[in-house]
Amino acid sequence: MALGETIRNSQIWKSIFRHPMPLDRRNRIVVMLTNFFLHLHPVSIKKQGIALSFTWCMGGVTFFLFLVETVTGVLLMFYYRPTLEWAYNDILALRDVTSLGILRELHRWGAHAMVITTWLHMYRVFLTGSYKPPREFNWVIGVILLLLTLLLSFTGYLLPWDQLAIWAITVGSNMARASPILGYEGPGQQLLTIGGIDMITDGSDARFGLLGARFVGEETLNRFYVLHCIAIPLAVALLLAIHFWRVRKDGGISGPL
Amino acid sequence: MHSNGLFLKDVAGFLGGYYTALAVMNAVAAYILWRRKHQTGWAIVWTAFASALMVLASLAMSGSAAWVPALPQAVRSLVNTLSGPVNYTAGTTALLLILFVFRKFFVQPMVAWTVLNGALVLMGLSMADENFASIVMKPDNVPIVGLVFLLAFFTWVATKQAVVNDERIAQGLPPMEKVNDEKVLVWPDLVYTELICMVGVTAFLLVWAILLQAPLEEPASSVKTPNPSKAPWYFLGLQEMLVYFDPWYAGVALPSMVIFGLMALPYLDFNKKGNGYYSIAERKFSYLTFQFGFLELWITLIILGTFLRGPNWNFFGPFEYWSPYKVEVLNNVDLPQMFWVNLLNRPLPRVAADAPWYAHVGTILLRESPGLLIMAAYMLLLPPLLAVTAFRNYFAKMGFIRYMVMINLMLLMLTLPLKMVLRWTLNLKYLISIPEFSLNF
Repeated sequence: MALGETIRNSQIWKSIFRHPMPLDRRNRIVVMLTNFFLHLHPVSIKKQGIALSFTWCMGGVTFFLFLVETVTGVLLMFYYRPTLEWAYNDILALRDVTSLGILRELHRWGAHAMVITTWLHMYRVFLTGSYKPPREFNWVIGVILLLLTLLLSFTGYLLPWDQLAIWAITVGSNMARASPILGYEGPGQQLLTIGGIDMITDGSDARFGLLGARFVGEETLNRFYVLHCIAIPLAVALLLAIHFWRVRKDGGISGPL
Repeated sequence: MHSNGLFLKDVAGFLGGYYTALAVMNAVAAYILWRRKHQTGWAIVWTAFASALMVLASLAMSGSAAWVPALPQAVRSLVNTLSGPVNYTAGTTALLLILFVFRKFFVQPMVAWTVLNGALVLMGLSMADENFASIVMKPDNVPIVGLVFLLAFFTWVATKQAVVNDERIAQGLPPMEKVNDEKVLVWPDLVYTELICMVGVTAFLLVWAILLQAPLEEPASSVKTPNPSKAPWYFLGLQEMLVYFDPWYAGVALPSMVIFGLMALPYLDFNKKGNGYYSIAERKFSYLTFQFGFLELWITLIILGTFLRGPNWNFFGPFEYWSPYKVEVLNNVDLPQMFWVNLLNRPLPRVAADAPWYAHVGTILLRESPGLLIMAAYMLLLPPLLAVTAFRNYFAKMGFIRYMVMINLMLLMLTLPLKMVLRWTLNLKYLISIPEFSLNF
């Protein structure tokens, strides 16, 4: 007790937390206003707005899973090299050689769970009519986040470079080949012909742009790795910030007027 | 493949733990009913059920074909025979409809608990079947089993509150969410809930990661195509749509429209009621449209694509061995073929290869005229027709542009079930088939 007291009275502690323990009403308000992470929340909230039967906590769980994926993902990047030579072997070694090797399990199951919790969060938002004014635009941002979550999961699916990976991505990306106008097997691609030269071929269509090659190969692995580890997470982080900010700006958690 | 002793030995430990977990779950429920809710009758029922589950657990642990509880072979064969895309789709639609119509009955806690126990025991009995277990236990398929039970649970949670709110609103009372609107401080009430949630999710993920190893198959090989080749599970609803549509529509156009439609939703739903609380009666149209799209056209198709589609994307019953040699009759016919050849008994209109371009286009238009007329009527005639009949009120309230966006999105969504029905009844392959422009619909 005395030690705790000493720590809390030290200059270091006080420089970090500029108020006493949040044990009384005043300090419980101050903590919300002075802490960077907590200032995302309001100071007080309707009891209904935090009832688990109302929110299911699914938005929060989805965000937490995003953090789990970020942390485990960074650790996985220490092990993994996205090349044809190493990708599969690194994953194999991660399973068989590394002690406590459940990092990939945490990352993969966390990813599956994140897709599911995103759906459940949107399901809840729909069923409570929380997309209605004034929250229309935040729902739109949420739909983009859903799309990015699926793309994150999809790009990550390729990285183990096993049979499951390349064929799932092959099946998925074959769809792009059939894009109207822009896919070389898609309807209307014949229209983009200039001077008798076909502009849309298997070396220039939407699928080629996605894969960086005519089939799922090393270029694809590199492309998906960069998308998975850098491009999409950055976009998600930005949109998440806007998403949370808008929750507050649009009047906090929804409830009957 | 018939269950052999080895498989049952492997699965015995899992099933024993599974039934024991169910027994503990029911014992806890019985205790809560007895001490907190003072419903001694129900407490006795679930205690008895928990005891029965312990008997099942010990039988399952034996790992011997004579004792492990399983569905009789005759029942499994019957289920396999009865299942097919038609019965599956019709059955799930009927089931959802029954749950919706009789929602007041099904949301009662004891009814819901009975249904849950029934589903879980049926799951356990099915897991004793080698073919069923081999698909469900695939590591990447486990989350989908979780998704099904989570969706069922949360749909129950939401419907239960909506039923209460709808009754209150009918009596002129505000929804329950309004009653409970005193303010509390976020510290400690919310931050502690969040902390507990984070600890819970972390613990859950750790246990999941320790118990179930992530899949790692043979190294990638672009020359060895697995059969079936499947997309990741959340895209299997789209892959299932490939049975009925070409990739440009099932894989590109329709998914884009789903994303667009979801984004447009808040701007199309002009109903101001039902904002911020669970309600069904106040927003029946948007509720039913969304549930049909989400539960029937998205979730059940994912389940179908994951668990019931095997080699060559053939349909397999839940207890059927995924034989790559299963042959299915494919006798689908295009509409021009049906119209010109079968109905009018004439050859398809065709044109000489060296004819001018407008003759080619004209011939294609003539050949495809039945399908083009049907599609024109569907996409161009139906919207104004509905605007003055069934959707008259909507049209008046929404205005021209919003109404047209909504009705077109709905018609696009309905192309999927309509095409399914046309395929099953008339063996229709394509309404419009213009291979000259890779345009099949």
